[in-house]
Amino acid sequence: MGQAKETKSGAVMVVGGGVAGVQAALDLTELGYYVYLVEKSAAIGGAMAQLDKTFPTNDCSL
Amino acid sequence: MEAGRSPNIEILSNADLLELSGKPGNFTAKLQIRPRYIDAEKCTACGLCTQYCPRHLVDQYNEGLAVTRPIHIDYPQAVPASYFIDPKGCLHLQHGTCQICVPVCRSKAIDFSQKPEAKELKIGAVIVAPGFGRISTDTLAKYSYGKHADVLTSLEFERLLCASGPFEGEVKCLTDHRHPKRIAFIQCVGSRDLGCDNGYCSSVCCMYAIKEALVAKEHDPEVEITIYYMDMRTQGKDFDLARLKAEAKGIKFVRARVADVMPWNKQLKLTYSLLDGTHHFEGFDMVVLSVGLDAPADAKNLANIAGFELNHYDFCQTETFAPLLTTKPGVFVAGAFQGPKDIPESVTQSSAAAGIASALIKKDRNKGYVVKSYPKERELTKDEEVRIGVFVCHCGINIGSVVDVPLVEQYTEGMEGVVYHAQSLYSCSQDAQEVIKQKIKEHNLNRVVVAACSPRTHEPLFQETLKDAGLNRCLFEMVNIRDQCSWVHATEPAAATAKSKDLVRMGIAKARHIKPLPEQTVPVISKALVLGGGIAGMTAALNLAEQGFHTTIVEKGETLGGHLQHLSYTLRGDNVAQQLKEVSDQVKKHKLIEVMTNTEVAEVSGFVGNFSSRLVTRKGKSAKESTLDHGVIIIATGGREHRPEKVLGNEIKYSNKIVTQAELEKRLAGKAKDRAPESTVMIQCAGSRGDDLAYCSKVCCNHAVKNALKIKELDSAAQVVVLYRDMRTYGYAEDAYREAREKGVVFIPYSMENKPKIAGSGKSLKVTFYDPILREEVTMTPELLTLSVGIVPEGTEELSKLLKVPVNQDKFYLEAHVKLRPVELPVSGVYVCGLAHSPKPVDEIVVQAQAAAAKAAMPLVKGHVSVEPTVSSVDKELCIGCGLCESLCPYQAIRVTKDESGKRKAETITASCKGCGICASHCPVFAISMGGFTDEQITAQIKAFGETGNKE
Repeated sequence: MGQAKETKSGAVMVVGGGVAGVQAALDLTELGYYVYLVEKSAAIGGAMAQLDKTFPTNDCSL
Repeated sequence: MEAGRSPNIEILSNADLLELSGKPGNFTAKLQIRPRYIDAEKCTACGLCTQYCPRHLVDQYNEGLAVTRPIHIDYPQAVPASYFIDPKGCLHLQHGTCQICVPVCRSKAIDFSQKPEAKELKIGAVIVAPGFGRISTDTLAKYSYGKHADVLTSLEFERLLCASGPFEGEVKCLTDHRHPKRIAFIQCVGSRDLGCDNGYCSSVCCMYAIKEALVAKEHDPEVEITIYYMDMRTQGKDFDLARLKAEAKGIKFVRARVADVMPWNKQLKLTYSLLDGTHHFEGFDMVVLSVGLDAPADAKNLANIAGFELNHYDFCQTETFAPLLTTKPGVFVAGAFQGPKDIPESVTQSSAAAGIASALIKKDRNKGYVVKSYPKERELTKDEEVRIGVFVCHCGINIGSVVDVPLVEQYTEGMEGVVYHAQSLYSCSQDAQEVIKQKIKEHNLNRVVVAACSPRTHEPLFQETLKDAGLNRCLFEMVNIRDQCSWVHATEPAAATAKSKDLVRMGIAKARHIKPLPEQTVPVISKALVLGGGIAGMTAALNLAEQGFHTTIVEKGETLGGHLQHLSYTLRGDNVAQQLKEVSDQVKKHKLIEVMTNTEVAEVSGFVGNFSSRLVTRKGKSAKESTLDHGVIIIATGGREHRPEKVLGNEIKYSNKIVTQAELEKRLAGKAKDRAPESTVMIQCAGSRGDDLAYCSKVCCNHAVKNALKIKELDSAAQVVVLYRDMRTYGYAEDAYREAREKGVVFIPYSMENKPKIAGSGKSLKVTFYDPILREEVTMTPELLTLSVGIVPEGTEELSKLLKVPVNQDKFYLEAHVKLRPVELPVSGVYVCGLAHSPKPVDEIVVQAQAAAAKAAMPLVKGHVSVEPTVSSVDKELCIGCGLCESLCPYQAIRVTKDESGKRKAETITASCKGCGICASHCPVFAISMGGFTDEQITAQIKAFGETGNKE
């Protein structure tokens, strides 16, 4: 097994890449932190990426 | 998508957390990254491999309604935009054979030698947001799910409705592909059901069922839809309006319990019982199960690794006054894992959790932060030849199924200035951005036109791409052929295509005239002003102060505490007074917080980063004025109990026999021996939901249940009858509702056609109502009548004018975007939280306040704000100083001042300007011009409309 070590200070780990995790990650970067966004599946997006349109603006959810 | 572009977010997909050690501020996480078997750097997401892969695999993204291949990508906009191989179905990974994909891949991205990789991260804080899990299929089986293909879950139905779904957005029965004529929705499947150990209400299903029903009705106006429900829980802000809209569109709502669903000839037979105990059945072509949100499947595992506790439903354990703290210090929670919730509330929690984490590790702020650098902007030379690149988007089938995209693309060939044109399947995908960048270089483009969806959502993305390619981002023009063509002319493809051509021609005409605009930044005063010293204001101030920013709380009352001072205990048994004291003590002690009581704001001027407020402090008859300079404003002015004079048509005289829930609570929390009344009637929605106030106040059902339980606790023999329309004890409050019923509290629904009648007062007080089980009128003479009245906002009308921020029809502040920007107001630098935003319980207020603080901290952290370049500018030569623009500007962004020679001239305050164009359109001498929308550009666009282009 390969081993990689990250030594970045001022970093936060967000577990879960759904809309909640992604929003937390984006906000953390706006507050001056580096973020590791850990997602167990192959892509981020979570359940919201499966939704067609959302109330009330009917925007596509991506 | 945005997350995929940030240099400060490292996405570790296919990754599992294995271990977390250390302490707050200094954690070490061990991860394992499973192989994708595809080199994400090399993969261009062309899709050739999927075409060649011989094996089939059930498509999880499409809820199992379609098949895919082991080598695939879930959806084209996925981030990372790289295919991956699901080892479960791959012939090579299972049996060591095949490998067809390897030579097929032109970029040689497929790599079967990849091994799981270990990774160790040093982090200061952790936010867990694993979402929610699925209701087990066992629970769904009693509705014939799994036995009959036309019984679907709501998520499967969502995929049917979706253009990228299995039938490309057409709703068809899975059995024989006929269009269903009758669809039933069954609510509370896997929720409010002890049979599957989910005693809680999932909070979101009522609303999404209404949304799905409305969308289905849009697809086929003939379809008959019935929603079978127990209580319609549309308690969110403006949610009841959606329900009324659904009713107006002919969607039927039936309060019933569904016993079962059985195959019945070609149809499905749904058996249900009404409130009066009668049984009925009806036939449907399709049955949709509104499945609840379960705890995430790996909740226990995650809790073990990260070291925090779960509640009795396996969701994350938290407290009312600290809703996002897990039991492990330094680990915070956000989203549905904290408790079932919808998107806006998840997003709010995420911002709040980010703010809390930021406070924890503020000493390391900016230490690991990467500042994104762009290539130096290429300056356009004077008289540089216009070279336009046009990209026309299919948006899968969203545009492509209606508009003839290849034709539109070809149409631009040879147009003046157009040197390159292309189509793309999804122009918003990551790889499409790379293509645009590459083409800009290759063809030396200096203007880019994208014909796709709405600039409102996607313009920033393309502008960023331009910056990455070294172009000024204003050299971009977007043409919306989705909303304006494929959506509104969905049934007339030829007309939609013709209109797309017109719009593209016009966009190109404008693009010939667009010019680079300068990026501007404005410095920020690193201080915050919080209006209101209730729980919302105090929580927001504390978070800001803990993040290191000086904050002033302005409270018009004498003390801190606000509306919460009227409450004594919560549904979960918290001692409100004690909690409130702890928070206000912290506020008073914090050296970065200044509290000004008996103070009101008289005037606010300035703009984001540079506000100046005139404050008036009253002491007896004297008033003292002071001025405060600050960078941001948080509105937390709260609300109060609404005391309607008329309830459901009955005149109300409040007395010691007729009280509100808050008054009852005060009495119950007192010391008197006989404080629990022997018999109480509670009336829900007293003055709410169209009675006096139009809206649902969200908290009154919980309040009634809380007080009913308290009465039962004090005297188990006491009689409590609750008359309601829909009991909205969403989330975990459902437990308390169930407990109240078990303890003998009687809940009886009433309808607006047959409202409860109140007569007499004092000893002769009588309440008459219709009992649907007995099927007759019942009259009670209770000792006490308690009205569950709603909440109204406090003083929003005056303050909204002062700050020039909008309020909605119910006088609550109107947020910038209901779903994605729930605590920001349209005026930059102004945020809202608490009851001023909408009625909500205390835990949600705390979260919202923390979220507002996190958002407000962003400009303070940066120290400057970037201004959108599309602002107005005044030609001082032409300006006659009439002041019309100043009087019309809704954002206080233009003002008239005297220039050196003493002449009155208008000037734009760029930091406040929203680019709305009102000033430019009203200027009598055409002295004001809008960046990106100059008269020259708009005239060219209009002219192009009259032309037919060069190829017809």
